[in-house]
Amino acid sequence: MLKILKYSFYDLMRSRWSYVYFLFYLALGFVLLFLNSDLSKAVITLMNIIIVLVPLIGTIFGVMYFYNSKEFTELLLAQPIKRSSIFMGQYLGVGFSLTLSLLLGLGIPFVIYGLFRSNAVFDFTLLLVNGAFLTMIFTALSFNIALSNENRIKGFGYAILVWLCLAVIYDGLFLMSLIVFEEYPLDTFSLIATLLNPIDLSRTLILLKLDISALLGYTGAVFKNFFGTDQGLMISLFALMLWTLLPIWRLVFKAKRKDF
Amino acid sequence: MIAITNLKKSFGRNEVLKGLDLEIKPKGIIAILGPNGSGKTTLIKSILGMVIPDEGSISISGKDIKNKWAYRKEIEYLPQIANFPGNLKVRELIHMIKDLHQRPTNDEQLIDLFGLKPFLEKKFSTLSGGTKQKVNILLTFMFDKPLIILDEPTTGLDPRALIHLKELIQYEKANGKTILVTSHIMHFVEEIADEIIYLLDGRIYFKGSVKDLMEKTKQKNVEHAIAAIANNTDHA
Repeated sequence: MLKILKYSFYDLMRSRWSYVYFLFYLALGFVLLFLNSDLSKAVITLMNIIIVLVPLIGTIFGVMYFYNSKEFTELLLAQPIKRSSIFMGQYLGVGFSLTLSLLLGLGIPFVIYGLFRSNAVFDFTLLLVNGAFLTMIFTALSFNIALSNENRIKGFGYAILVWLCLAVIYDGLFLMSLIVFEEYPLDTFSLIATLLNPIDLSRTLILLKLDISALLGYTGAVFKNFFGTDQGLMISLFALMLWTLLPIWRLVFKAKRKDF
Repeated sequence: MIAITNLKKSFGRNEVLKGLDLEIKPKGIIAILGPNGSGKTTLIKSILGMVIPDEGSISISGKDIKNKWAYRKEIEYLPQIANFPGNLKVRELIHMIKDLHQRPTNDEQLIDLFGLKPFLEKKFSTLSGGTKQKVNILLTFMFDKPLIILDEPTTGLDPRALIHLKELIQYEKANGKTILVTSHIMHFVEEIADEIIYLLDGRIYFKGSVKDLMEKTKQKNVEHAIAAIANNTDHA
């Protein structure tokens, strides 16, 4: 598996898109810090961007890579390698190279602007950890979708739809249900609803850490009341891990049974 | 070498292999022929474990291959379409496949034979179709393994490369290898094949030597013989 990972990673590190992605984050980091030299505030702005954008990039990259490397996958399938190693290797290759672009792209400007001398180090680290999680989750989801759909256009469509649902529509529905059922106790409902969406989960996680009650919103407040800050952090991290592992498990399971 | 019993596979409602039985003995060149959609590629991919059969069993050298992967250490496979990661250079690609196998290779010799030296430092995606196929052939033949499976090996090759390919196949045969090959180029098949397997509708319609085929169909060359089989079944 490590060999496949190495080569997928190597292949991606040379593709133009990894650099575009890296440069985009680099530019974003510098522009944000240029406009707003307060690191903590920049972290919040960055969070709002990362939470929507990282899943989108993960989804698109995952689907694109999977379909583009179809013939290569077939070549690998004929080699003496376990199936699960092939798919895990490719998945981790995509996930790691995207994560690396994110870490370096955002890390460099923040370090230059004196990250280590400020008190925002932990907040920033948490933000990056979250970005890494979101990348891994959405890459895994998109690999799953691509594996289940032979038709590229369909696969692409479904993947974008999943992103749209989780990033935009889910929040809308969530808010609407809160308004419609406002007479009922909604604590448990909103807790569960947050856990069921990795994007909401990351947002809550970061806001809990930043401890900005004004931005926490209803779910965040419930989260904080229910778990307290530390326990809330742990639980949301755990849920994010689950969100990563479940799609990976399905990926391996499905890959073993598929015809190529 | 390969024993297949009652192999069945369907894709959705399309039944491709309908209870195929086949035994392939070691040594020699076996051509698998058949019209488009007769199940040639599905058969090959089942042997390679890329397609998972619905029913039936396949064993190679006496061992069942279901859910196994280590047996592929003994198989060289040339896929129909050569498409590898485009960002890698040819040299890196060769290095990678070697790295995956951890076996001695004779890649230097093959690079010379197919004149691939000027392309080693080029990215794979920038190569022409024929050159890609040469790289594909190189990657397949550089190992020394007892079973070789070639899916349409002649695609895109120029006459010189084609001659080299035939020599290579003959050389491997002389070394006692078993070679399975599919092709639609009947002259090629006639020249190299010791035995012909003709697939039709997911079953084996004919299995025997080139001579047997000529006698059975009363034709002078393989192309006409195969056409005669196809015509016969059309009328039937």
